Amino acid sequence: MMKKLISILKNFILNIPNTLIKPFTKIGFLASLFAIISGILVGFLIMLVVNTPYAGGGLMTIFFGGFNKGLTSIGDVLIYAAPLLLAGLSVGFAFKTGLFNIGVSGQMAFGAFLAIFVGVKWTFLGDFHWIVAVLAAIIGGALWGLIPGLLKALFNVHEVVSTIMMNWIGVYGAFVAYKAAGLVGSTTQNAQKVARSGALPAWGLDSIFNSNTINNGIILAIIAAILIHIILNKTTFGFELKAVGLNKDSAKYAGINSKRNIILSMVIAGALSGLAAATLYLNVTGETYKIETYPIEQGFEGIAVALLAYSGPLPIIASSIFFAWLKVGGDQLSGWGYDPNIIGVIISAIVYFSALGFIFKKVVKKIFKKHFGGEII
Amino acid sequence: MEYIIEMLNITKKFPGIIANDNITLQLRKGEILALLGENGAGKSTLMSVLFGLYQAEEGIIKVNGKEVKIENAKDANNLSIGMVHQHFKLVHNFTVAENIILGMEDTKYGFVKLDDAINRIIELSERYKLKIDPYAKIENITVGMQQRVEILKMLYRHAEILIFDEPTAVLTPQEIGELIKIMKNLIKEGKSIILITHKLNEIKAVADRCSVLRKGKYIGTVDVKDTSPEQLAEMMVGRKVNFVIEKPELVLGEKILEVKNLTVLGAHSHKPQVKNISFNVRQGEILCIAGIEGNGQTALVEAITGLTTIHEGQILLKGDDITLNSIRNKTLGGIGHIPEDRHKHGLILDYTLAENLILQSYFNPEFQKHGFLKFDAIDNHGRKLIEQFDIRSGQGVKTPARSMSGGNQQKAIVAREFDRNPELMIAVTPTRGLDAGAIEYIHKQLIALRNQGKAVLLISLELDEVLNVSDRIMVIYEGELVAEVDPKTTTENELGLYMSGSKRGVLS
Repeated sequence: MMKKLISILKNFILNIPNTLIKPFTKIGFLASLFAIISGILVGFLIMLVVNTPYAGGGLMTIFFGGFNKGLTSIGDVLIYAAPLLLAGLSVGFAFKTGLFNIGVSGQMAFGAFLAIFVGVKWTFLGDFHWIVAVLAAIIGGALWGLIPGLLKALFNVHEVVSTIMMNWIGVYGAFVAYKAAGLVGSTTQNAQKVARSGALPAWGLDSIFNSNTINNGIILAIIAAILIHIILNKTTFGFELKAVGLNKDSAKYAGINSKRNIILSMVIAGALSGLAAATLYLNVTGETYKIETYPIEQGFEGIAVALLAYSGPLPIIASSIFFAWLKVGGDQLSGWGYDPNIIGVIISAIVYFSALGFIFKKVVKKIFKKHFGGEII
Repeated sequence: MEYIIEMLNITKKFPGIIANDNITLQLRKGEILALLGENGAGKSTLMSVLFGLYQAEEGIIKVNGKEVKIENAKDANNLSIGMVHQHFKLVHNFTVAENIILGMEDTKYGFVKLDDAINRIIELSERYKLKIDPYAKIENITVGMQQRVEILKMLYRHAEILIFDEPTAVLTPQEIGELIKIMKNLIKEGKSIILITHKLNEIKAVADRCSVLRKGKYIGTVDVKDTSPEQLAEMMVGRKVNFVIEKPELVLGEKILEVKNLTVLGAHSHKPQVKNISFNVRQGEILCIAGIEGNGQTALVEAITGLTTIHEGQILLKGDDITLNSIRNKTLGGIGHIPEDRHKHGLILDYTLAENLILQSYFNPEFQKHGFLKFDAIDNHGRKLIEQFDIRSGQGVKTPARSMSGGNQQKAIVAREFDRNPELMIAVTPTRGLDAGAIEYIHKQLIALRNQGKAVLLISLELDEVLNVSDRIMVIYEGELVAEVDPKTTTENELGLYMSGSKRGVLS
């Protein structure tokens, strides 16, 4: 029995198609899998401690909450996933080029402001309204990314410092900006909702998933991921960007203008964050921008998404959907009397375990060698 | 015959490669056994197995006739095996004595008993004739003395078997002579030595026997006194190696590179790295700048190639002022550059071999169309260079540069730079860490370039190379050119004196 199980597992591991997980190595894929399982175990332990009898039910909810209402739940997962995907893409893209973009949140905030401004005010644009609003979001994010890019390239200011600073400028700038632009909504904490013409269209997803909140955000996000994948892996521009990211000195030796690449890289990362804000806020029935004293959380969750996917643009699609699925399940945890924030703990634990990936890799290698008698790369 | 170490039928595999294929190495007590082999022949792997860093899949190790298991460096230490690494592992702002006792300090009430330790160090250094000053800081002593500290470190740990990993790579000729005396003293005092090297004249000078590896296989062990260097080289490379490089008469052409009054300041200290240097390189000649490592060669080359900023002076390429040109501009203008540090500058280790081979030419129409890389063309280009330059790698063009051996990494850089067909080739220690076959190859390539009427600026630390390859030698010492000599009339000794700053010559 055990032997059969092991042989099935061995075949599964050896047959994971390489193309599917190309930016990973197989062992990286397994390490991520271990991180996920360990993270969920941590969540389960917490539920066990808090309220033992319901822990099993809670765990099932986390796993199956994303399916329990059929297609509608899957639609919810995709709604959550779109901004996470783009935020993760922003972090992952910057990371591939050697930059740590912690400023997704601020880039989203400024993108959101321009998008909401266009979405609310420029109703005269008719059919093009939502497109212009999306472009505004992208431009806003790009501008917010440009500043740290310039600071890094020209004055060697570390992007971690400057992007964090830009996050808080985004948060507090919003207080002034929404008031000045007359975009404060029904309460002082909420921004106005955009006009229907300014909201992202559903492109038929609403009827597929039987949902009135879903829009084309997930499609835009997946297109962006594919585009970034192509840029990074198929173009001379990506060749330069990755060269700078992998070894700044050799890139310089090769005559690559690293300053230009740093700036462009931050602009693109910012643009992706801006698009994330568009998928999050350009709607009439979904999430509303909150004019409050904390940065947009999806911006930080993007770091987790990118980390779990080893920054690969295509794996980021999977990891963002996975985190969204956890969140949808987590929202239903209150039914068992648990705080939905347990999901936050699980996500954090997964991030920690991913960061400890090298230990997992060692363990996996050892186990693999012991039971299957071979090397795994 | 009594063996102190026997490694019998050792086999060690890595994914895609057998690093050691059934290798047997036997060290007699009180002898110097040279371990000779090209790069990637498996010398380092074999020593790592002996040192417990790798576990062999097959084979056994015996120390003093008893079979042992060596699982880590500590086990090796306990068996009295010590290694003198090529790159010294010393703490620079510690004193000699502190470095020697580091990791095994005797303490009393929590305080280090430094005086006892120093007495023992002095006693050891007198017994083995290793002149050191136990109170000097590492950063203030010469490389030769640092190496003596490394040796003392091993003796302090009661090592009976000493492994020297390419010990002469960083030494001047005078220091090499010293080291050979030291090794002979150690043998006289009953120690046994394994000397890893690919320098045949050193083997002739000190070793009793020599074991040869080639491509992971054991070729044989010979008595050094009955074997000529040519025979050793043939065992190592597998074919006859030509030591004497034939060069046609010098045909000098136009000045390609002119360096005028160049001064380069250090990045952090404002101490000049290069002081008011002027020289030029003509078509059809190989100018060699000789010197001991760290005398300003790096700054000089980086200034010419654009990697560092120039404080004062002018650089002309084919008569055009290129002092302020970008690196890309200089590369396209006809400068080829084999950099000193292949990991820092020469390669992007996480890129594949094919990608590394287009590092300065990925934007050419040959390799891209509308900004999209032409992978087929890139792979074909890679395969062509692999073939032409005999670059060996596990997975062909798709091999990550990181997983290639040092020698093959260097070959990849050489292939790339030669393929660009530059007017001026700046080769900085191009044969460092390479085997006889590869060195011969690179020297031939440099000379072929010279014969085609191209200019070559060679920066070298190896005297053999300096004397054999160049048409003209300038010696750099503490950032200044101190002598210009003719390789046909000078000697190793004379060069050594200029290089160590003991003598100054005349500059034309």
